Amino acid sequence: MLEGWVIVSASFAYIGLLFAIAYYADQRADAGRSVIANPWIYSLSLAVYATAWTFYGSVGRAASDGVGFLPIYIGPTLMIVLWWLVVRKMIRIAKLNRTTSLADFVAARYGRSALIGGLVTVIAVIGILPYISLQLKAISTSFQILLEYPQIVMPQKAGTVSVMQDTAFYVALFLAMFTIAFGTRQLDAAERHEGMVAAIAFESIVKLVAFLAVGVYVTFVMYEGPGDIFGRAAERPDLAALMAPFGEAAGGYASWVWLTVLSMMAIMFLPRQFQVAVIENVDEQHVKRAMWVFPLYMLAINLFVLPIAVGGLLHFPSGVDADTFVLTLPMARGNEALALLVFIGGLSAATGMVIVETIALSTMVCNDLVMPVVLRLRKFRVTAGDLSSLLLDIRRTAIVAILMMGYFYYLLAGEAYALVSIGLISFSAVAQFGPVIIGGLFWKGATRAGALAGLTAGFLVWTYTLLLPAFAKSGWLGFGLEFLDQGPFRIDLLRPTQLFGLAGLDQITHAMIWSFIANIGLYVGVSVLGRQSAAEHAQATMFVDVYKQTGERGVQWRGTASASSLQTLLGRFQGPARAAELFSAYARERGLKSVDELEGDSELVRHAELQLAGTIGTASARAMVATVAQEDPLGIDEVMTILDEASQVIAYSHRLEDQQRELEAATSELKAANERLKELDRMKDDFISTVTHELRTPLTSIRAFSEILHDNPDLDGAERQRFLGLVIKESERLTRLINQVLDLAKIESGHALWNTGELDLREVVVDAVNATSPLFRSKGVSIETAMPALVPSVVADRDRLTQVLLNLLSNAVKFCPAGTGRVEVRLEADGGGVRVDVRDNGPGISPEHQAMIFEKFRQVGDTLTQKPSGTGLGLSICRRIIGHFGGRLWVESAPGRGSVFSFVLPCPSAS
Amino acid sequence: MKRPGRRGTQLACLFLLGCVLFNFPLLAIFNVPVRILGIPVLYAYMFAAWLLLIVLLAVVMERKD
Repeated sequence: MLEGWVIVSASFAYIGLLFAIAYYADQRADAGRSVIANPWIYSLSLAVYATAWTFYGSVGRAASDGVGFLPIYIGPTLMIVLWWLVVRKMIRIAKLNRTTSLADFVAARYGRSALIGGLVTVIAVIGILPYISLQLKAISTSFQILLEYPQIVMPQKAGTVSVMQDTAFYVALFLAMFTIAFGTRQLDAAERHEGMVAAIAFESIVKLVAFLAVGVYVTFVMYEGPGDIFGRAAERPDLAALMAPFGEAAGGYASWVWLTVLSMMAIMFLPRQFQVAVIENVDEQHVKRAMWVFPLYMLAINLFVLPIAVGGLLHFPSGVDADTFVLTLPMARGNEALALLVFIGGLSAATGMVIVETIALSTMVCNDLVMPVVLRLRKFRVTAGDLSSLLLDIRRTAIVAILMMGYFYYLLAGEAYALVSIGLISFSAVAQFGPVIIGGLFWKGATRAGALAGLTAGFLVWTYTLLLPAFAKSGWLGFGLEFLDQGPFRIDLLRPTQLFGLAGLDQITHAMIWSFIANIGLYVGVSVLGRQSAAEHAQATMFVDVYKQTGERGVQWRGTASASSLQTLLGRFQGPARAAELFSAYARERGLKSVDELEGDSELVRHAELQLAGTIGTASARAMVATVAQEDPLGIDEVMTILDEASQVIAYSHRLEDQQRELEAATSELKAANERLKELDRMKDDFISTVTHELRTPLTSIRAFSEILHDNPDLDGAERQRFLGLVIKESERLTRLINQVLDLAKIESGHALWNTGELDLREVVVDAVNATSPLFRSKGVSIETAMPALVPSVVADRDRLTQVLLNLLSNAVKFCPAGTGRVEVRLEADGGGVRVDVRDNGPGISPEHQAMIFEKFRQVGDTLTQKPSGTGLGLSICRRIIGHFGGRLWVESAPGRGSVFSFVLPCPSAS
Repeated sequence: MKRPGRRGTQLACLFLLGCVLFNFPLLAIFNVPVRILGIPVLYAYMFAAWLLLIVLLAVVMERKD
């Protein structure tokens, strides 16, 4: 049944189905009801990552390395974990800039540099050629093997037949036509291909179903489940090593880690992955679901790889290439339908990759390599001809050229490597984009010169350590294995596969280490040492701070042009009809009646440039718009405005800081005030409880003596007299206490009446001494006064001052020893005031008690054993009275050396 | 700088978890010729860890903010 015509017709039927799907999706898109605008289709389209490499090559890799095929899928899973932070940002930027390709994206980041765009394009095209040759090899090999059914014969080596008889050549031609028909039917301003995405998503289903089918067939029909396969393998010493493929040395893990890193780069920066993940994305919310659906797809398609590989190794003796097990196992069992399904699955995987990759590459070649050159030619600048068909022709030519170059790579180097090894060379090339893109997304300081240096260095090292050895192994280029083994000019240190003597690593790990050192080192180094131009800085800010922007684009085109010249320009690339349509739509949006009313202001220029960027790339669009628009140079005034804005922001932030500091100060003041209030409240409570206590003591005495008198009417006269005397004394003390409390309360609340007037302190002293002289005499204490003839008068209340002096004198006599006591009152002018000292020769006051005696109800001495002889309020009141008149009252004393109570009152005449 | 937010932090942690799961020395522990339910233990570990990562990723991404 599996004759040539059956295989070919099945293939064409399948391709026809793809066209039908693409056509349907395009129709729906034109009608505004997109079929691809959902996260499931987006996830499936990402699975274009799984190519013939996955479909055929993984089994081949697993047959030699066990789990060694897995980093290619685990790396992307790890990277995808970060997609919400990275790819979402790239999508946002790409949409704002109308980015059409990977090269366009990088060029836009580094100041819309045409040079960077061109360099990225060259690296991408050369780097991807091995990958395309892998697909050609896979399709032609599987086709030839299937043709030989029922025999299982490995196809002849490439190059042993003439080109005209080579299946791979026709496969390449066919794929070129197919891609042209698919991808360049029309020139779309947004450069999105809904039909293509729908077809790719369908192909992802087909290849998954085909691979799972052969996996289940091999595992459960040819063998009795995975346990059976692995059990038999364990009995074969040559296969047992596959179960634990990492050797004892650490080298196996290094290779594993580098393959993981490489695949992390590949899932983002392969041109086709960038195309489906970023350019073709409809809604950035779709990334959310794709982040787990796509890894799940990868897990599913890899589930049966190792069972098939081991099953194939067990089934075939040798001589059958492990890369073909997926196809040859069903063939060996005579299952024709499954073999055909596998072939179609492999075709799906390969065509999906080739379509998207060549469309992405041809866009890059056209917009970032050819157009910048073409637009420099005077002829194209001056003639006002329609260039839209030229654009399509460039793309078509680019597609054919890329596929033909892929074919020639296959002829030259395709046979020397297994499928996976060919693909890894491409992975290593696109990994060179990693530093400049990821750096460009998050680091504003990265410069154009840094990107150029890093990319160039990384690419050169890649060429030297991977591409040249691949050519050398095929014996091409005239220098063969000698070059590999001994290095150029027999310089051992420069051997491409052991550069600078770095040995013991596999080729990919070796190349990745050196190329990344060169790439990242120069990218960072040159960026740090160099400076950015204003345009570069503007683009860098636009990329890094994309989430902060609200409008279509942060940085405006600062220039003007006539509306008609812009329309003509757009017409040359998109066709006059489409340009007219775009301009009238723009005019309608602004509420204008016709295009003629449009003003060629900077906004219109920007709009036109964005439209143009969608067709010919940002760098070229910039250049073309510059031919008709006058860009105002960045004048000194504008620079000053920018600086001024910056300094205003700085001033504002300083002001904020100041206010915050003030606020903090106010808060701490409030806190202190609050603490003080609490303290006062506590003191008031203490005061009240003390007063109550002090009142109760004399009251208790009075009551006790009164009760004795009441209960004992026959008490003798002398006794009765003594008790009545005590009652009177205690009542007096009570009265004194109440008076003083009232007095203190009045002074403290500010309600006391003050009869303030000018007075001579000497009179007050004399009055007080006279008033207390009976007290002194009764206790046998002498009193002396020393006063100058003339003292300045003070302003105070005479009665109050007398009260103070009486208090001080009665205190002095109280503590003086009876008989030998001596009190001296001294009055003198002191600076700007008058000072009064009352000195006694009593026991003195210890320093720790000196502050205490001025507090309310504080009496020095043990109040429990000694009967208090005062109210404890006297000194407190004195201090307040003196304080009221602006003076100061204090004590100087030491135990055993008497005390001096002094106060000083200011004199109004002296000040 | 914009703060990464709750989901961003969770994703960063998942990424680090993945880096630990698929690296030396965890891989070395399973790099032994032992079979569990008939399947080589390294192979079983890889797919189990991979699936765990995907399930956690799905939980983080599908949960409402």
